[in-house]
Amino acid sequence: MSSTGLASKKTWRLGAITPRIVINTALIAVLALVPLYTALNGNAFTLTLFTRIVILAIAALSLNLIMGFGGMVSFGHAAYLGIGGYVVGILAKEGVASGFVQWPIAIAASALYALVVGALSLRTRGVYFIMITLAFAQMIYYVAIGLDRYGGDDGLTIYKRSQFGALLDLDNRTVFYYLCLVLLLAGIYLVWRIVNSRFGMVIQGARSNERRMRAIGFPTFRYKLLCFVVAGAMCGLAGALLANHTNFISPAMMHWTRSGDLIVIVVLGGMQAIFGPLIGALTFLVLEEGLSRVTEYSNLILGPFLLFVAIAMHGGIDGLIAGVRRG
Amino acid sequence: MLYFFEQFLNGIQLGALLFLLAAGLTLIFGIMDLVNLAHGSLYMLGAYFAASFAERTESFLLGAVLALAATAVVGVLLEVVAIRRLYGRDHLDHVLGTFGLLLFFNELVRLIWGPAGMTLSLPSEMLNAVEVLPGLFYPLYRLVIIGVTLGVAVIIYLLIMRTRLGMLIRAGASNREMVGALGINIKLLYTLVFGLGAALAGFAGLMQAPILTVQIGMGENILIAAFVVVTIGGIGSIRGAFVAALLVGLADTVGRAFVPDLLRAFLSESASSSLGRALSSMMIYLVMALVLIVRPEGLFPAAGR
Repeated sequence: MSSTGLASKKTWRLGAITPRIVINTALIAVLALVPLYTALNGNAFTLTLFTRIVILAIAALSLNLIMGFGGMVSFGHAAYLGIGGYVVGILAKEGVASGFVQWPIAIAASALYALVVGALSLRTRGVYFIMITLAFAQMIYYVAIGLDRYGGDDGLTIYKRSQFGALLDLDNRTVFYYLCLVLLLAGIYLVWRIVNSRFGMVIQGARSNERRMRAIGFPTFRYKLLCFVVAGAMCGLAGALLANHTNFISPAMMHWTRSGDLIVIVVLGGMQAIFGPLIGALTFLVLEEGLSRVTEYSNLILGPFLLFVAIAMHGGIDGLIAGVRRG
Repeated sequence: MLYFFEQFLNGIQLGALLFLLAAGLTLIFGIMDLVNLAHGSLYMLGAYFAASFAERTESFLLGAVLALAATAVVGVLLEVVAIRRLYGRDHLDHVLGTFGLLLFFNELVRLIWGPAGMTLSLPSEMLNAVEVLPGLFYPLYRLVIIGVTLGVAVIIYLLIMRTRLGMLIRAGASNREMVGALGINIKLLYTLVFGLGAALAGFAGLMQAPILTVQIGMGENILIAAFVVVTIGGIGSIRGAFVAALLVGLADTVGRAFVPDLLRAFLSESASSSLGRALSSMMIYLVMALVLIVRPEGLFPAAGR
């Protein structure tokens, strides 16, 4: 791992132990110990909350890949959660319960959707890109509402989680949690590798100055499209996990405010930070949960908090952590 | 034929309403370069203000006037307290900040008015239907909406295109720095534009209040439709917003009215009803995607961008 280059400087620095490395390591340790904590005090709710945090962190991670590193602001990212979830739900209802079938199809369907949306949307720039990705996500949302056989507006209950034979038992909460956690860590590693590869450099170069990247001979459209598809596939997997977690799918999981949540999580955690999406998901969901216990009107505090982060913090919470180092 | 004409009027009505929202949005977007997700909240506030003021004063008209003023005041305050600090920042900071505001306003409304929706009843003389064509009766109030919103649209158009203030606003949309360099008080101009946008959103909300239930979250779906209008029209273009608003209004209404029937000709009853519902809700997004694929900067890209 070289210590030079655009991405490595921003995201990772080997050799020096920075507050960021300490905090990220502590974060992984805490996440790994959550099942132990819930086993000790018998409160299953914490495990449920953290499973949700980990799954949404995977979704946000994929969004950070295109939005943070690639500069492609997708305002329709919840569509992939929905596609992944609906593939699992529909196959389960039709009697195909094997996860070995469900999950690859969920990933492939999301990747295919991303390919189509990306190919059409990447012609536009800036706010127009935001709006066209939103438009496609809204179309998928209304398709889901139109699926009468699969619950339409009301959604569909999944009676049987994905089956992995004797290998994994997803009905066991702890097993399921660790599976999600391992997938998250694998995803973080994958994004780290992508970002620091030649491919990732091209993507980031295209974010800072696309015209120049094209001028030196990179077909940026193809690079960006591939990046978009990878992110879609990853988020589709998160959708399959989410459907297994809640045992329920509905169009609401694709509502535009869910896409907004994902953007909020990424920006809150810190864009272009490998661990930013995890930090963001943890902060957002714990805050939401914690505040709702203190007051019935939790958003009266959460809303202004987000506004404060937008106004006062550059680079989200990760920027704050990295800033500590600079003194 | 009469049915078609009725749907046509519905489409115009929706389009005129969308224009009120989109006009403010596109100005704020074009001039301050601000993505404002909280614009729908001002629409919602307008409706709530109208419902409660009308209840207090027992006069629809007085309630509407008070609601309009109140929304404009909220808009100006919002700009001075929060929005002003977001200018010049990344669009994503706008999304984060104004999404926070959206959550805040929804919760605030729940705190003040409670989770149940409200209704605003019309004065009795508004409840009649008018025979607009031989054999076609159309609710008077909906005609009033069309007339008043089109009137407001004309006023805005004249304000933007024919007055000195409008000239500054247009100049701001094409080149902010230059307007500032020429000695115009940009800060005040921004506050005015935001207040104007807020008032228009509030006006749209209060006009819609008697037809819909006034409820939390009513601003969210209409906000997305308004964004669609802004995008199709070309960001910052009032003319584009007007054309796109009518286009979207008609596409949505005509889609809802005729797509299911059209599908029935090809498909079974149940398939066509579910597919038709999905397809007609998708109509405006389909239009937007098609427009952007053909013209990536909208129908009327603002000059100088």
